[in-house]
Amino acid sequence: MNIQDAPALSGFRATVRSWLAYNFPPSLAGRSEEMALIQPLYPEGEDWAAWKTAMADKGWGVPTWPKELGGGGLTKAEARVLAEEMAQIGAYSPIGGMAQNMFGPTLLEFGTEEQKKRHIPPVARGEIRWCQGYSEPGAGSDLASLQTRAEDKGDHYLVNGQKIWTSGSVHAHWCFCLVRTDRSKKHEGISFLLIDMASPGIEVRPLLLMSGNSTFGEVFFTDVKVPKENLVGGLTEGWTIAKRLMQHERSGIGARKQTHGEMRPVDVVAKEYVGRDSEGRIADYDLRSRITRHKMWERAHRLTVERVAEESKAGPSTATSVLKNAGSIMLQTRGELLLEIMGMKGLGWYGEGYSETELETLRVTLQNKAHSIYGGTYEIQNNIIAKRILGMQDHQ
Amino acid sequence: MAVLSAEQTMLKDAADGWVREYAPVSAFRKMRDAGQAQNPACYQDMADMGWTGILIPEEYGGSDFGLTAMTLVMEELGRQLVVSPLFSTALLGATIIANMADARQKMAWLPAIADGSLRVCLAVDEGAHHDIRHTALTATQTDDGFVLNGTKTHVVDGMQAELILVLARSDGTPGTADGLSLFAVQGKHIQRKPLGVLDRRDYAEMTFDGVKVAPDALIGPLNQAGPRLEQALDIARIGLAAEMLGLSQQAFDTTLEYLKSRKQFDTVLAQFQAIQHRMADLFCQIELVRSVVEHAARSVDGDAPDRTEVAIMAKSMANDLANLMTRQMVQLHGGIGMTDLHDAGLYLKRARALEALFGNTAWQNERFANLHGY
Repeated sequence: MNIQDAPALSGFRATVRSWLAYNFPPSLAGRSEEMALIQPLYPEGEDWAAWKTAMADKGWGVPTWPKELGGGGLTKAEARVLAEEMAQIGAYSPIGGMAQNMFGPTLLEFGTEEQKKRHIPPVARGEIRWCQGYSEPGAGSDLASLQTRAEDKGDHYLVNGQKIWTSGSVHAHWCFCLVRTDRSKKHEGISFLLIDMASPGIEVRPLLLMSGNSTFGEVFFTDVKVPKENLVGGLTEGWTIAKRLMQHERSGIGARKQTHGEMRPVDVVAKEYVGRDSEGRIADYDLRSRITRHKMWERAHRLTVERVAEESKAGPSTATSVLKNAGSIMLQTRGELLLEIMGMKGLGWYGEGYSETELETLRVTLQNKAHSIYGGTYEIQNNIIAKRILGMQDHQ
Repeated sequence: MAVLSAEQTMLKDAADGWVREYAPVSAFRKMRDAGQAQNPACYQDMADMGWTGILIPEEYGGSDFGLTAMTLVMEELGRQLVVSPLFSTALLGATIIANMADARQKMAWLPAIADGSLRVCLAVDEGAHHDIRHTALTATQTDDGFVLNGTKTHVVDGMQAELILVLARSDGTPGTADGLSLFAVQGKHIQRKPLGVLDRRDYAEMTFDGVKVAPDALIGPLNQAGPRLEQALDIARIGLAAEMLGLSQQAFDTTLEYLKSRKQFDTVLAQFQAIQHRMADLFCQIELVRSVVEHAARSVDGDAPDRTEVAIMAKSMANDLANLMTRQMVQLHGGIGMTDLHDAGLYLKRARALEALFGNTAWQNERFANLHGY
């Protein structure tokens, strides 16, 4: 990339570069881990801890958040410089996840001063994990039909019900939760509540997925008392806040890349597993042409992520639905291509005879089937595009 | 839409306004009905607005505004299927001359392109598929220059061009990239006849029957024109991709408007989810192609290392988009979309011609794979 900064930014870039050189432990280079937003995956050794503390002290885990709440207080342009410099050396933020990407920005927009002062600083330091209490067994794509209810008991709300597909619930300290406070209305009867996962009456059960992982859980609420100060926004505003948070969620999801298993470009992997003809081409011509289309789509998706970032003045936009669907196609095509390329070597579930990379690639491919389901399914994104961007009215 | 400079925004708005007022698709339809493939008045307007000089350096009378600026114009022209020699002359011709010609040749041609008085075309293809390596038209060196023998086909704006840039084989055998040379020939020296192509633009078939040219007709190095011509063609491909992007965007917009007005089963078609989702998928694809086309133009303007790769991608993906979008335009309009009265057919026909021009999707994809060494 040909980077040409304004004078003020180039000074900042130099500062960032030397700070990173001093603080980022090279032992952690290249271990970018987006799944860490759901659960702690690595033994958090000394280097990790030191790096996390350094970033937390600087507020650079959440670079654009206000300084007084533990953020970095950087401008968008400065934050981009930070991200670029980190990418240069294979560094990544040890503070990132649902709390930082989705909950934090939403609370900063809708929360009271007291709520922000209480909940934002620990999120900025990456000390508190949050999970998202949205989906229910009877409320998937039709999220607003959720039934978990919160009754007004004077000085607190009493919450009863069940959430499902709650990412990271097993490890979460807190939950931002959609609850029904009014049964006579659908969307307007929903409220946005912050619930301490240590509250009596909460039970979490992990869900085993086809990938063999259990990143999701079921959360059961039985007579859980929630203080009234934990309501965000008004009683009828829950749905508005929920939608805003989902935009933050999708904008993160839409840009997501594969983070485990076989990370090399598919054509490089194919040359190894499938072999080449006498002129150096991948020996399977049909596969070769599908690889080309995938590589182009992958690049086009990445360019669109960059374009949307450049165009959007602030915050997520309806383009996030476009990115999410294009991203689903990209990730899932990549996974299936990799399995096809690896052939029988890609079928290993466990044990010897398969490399760690081969085993991981299968798992991550299965894991990524969720990409077109969570954060609003592929079909829901198409509904949003048709309705909000194309103005095609509600479908029947 | 990328973030544009103030000058680029002005240019885009001007192009949009001019096309709507003076060259809407209805104007193209009238030309077609009258059997005209050329519209000199339109082209003079473009020259007056400075479009002909966008890619020409200032010292030769242009504005050197860059490829991004040119793609903004191309996109607007594509929206209304505008017929003009802007592409062949001010984009392709000017790029070839600016990148390959010597100072004397530039001085002779570039100012005339910039002021709209000279129209240029590139005679490159000879068979069913584009590939400069297949060039068989021969250039034989003599004591006083070269003699050209052979035929060229589907030369865009070939009937109206005063100056013809012709790719010839001066060495080697067809199928190889080496041994190619580029010559400038005055139109009056060759035999041309119009081709009746489905999109009714000006296409010519040209016969070079012992055409003698002076040594100074040679543009660029003898036998080594291939690589630099391919680079110019890649710039042209980005221009074509922008034109197809505009065409696809308009096909989409026209279709969307129709879906919101056409009633069946007591409701507008836009109410049906099957149709909503198809349009949403198409919308996503248009957005992806837009990102690629805009990036490709910027890569050329900034001479970025990925310029060849993204030029290939732009043409390949815009080809597929235009193909799919025009098929859907016909399908979603139903019976009316099949008639000649409706514009859907015009969009589909233009799309097919642009898809084939300078390499279809399969060919671009083959280049992409070779570039990446797989």
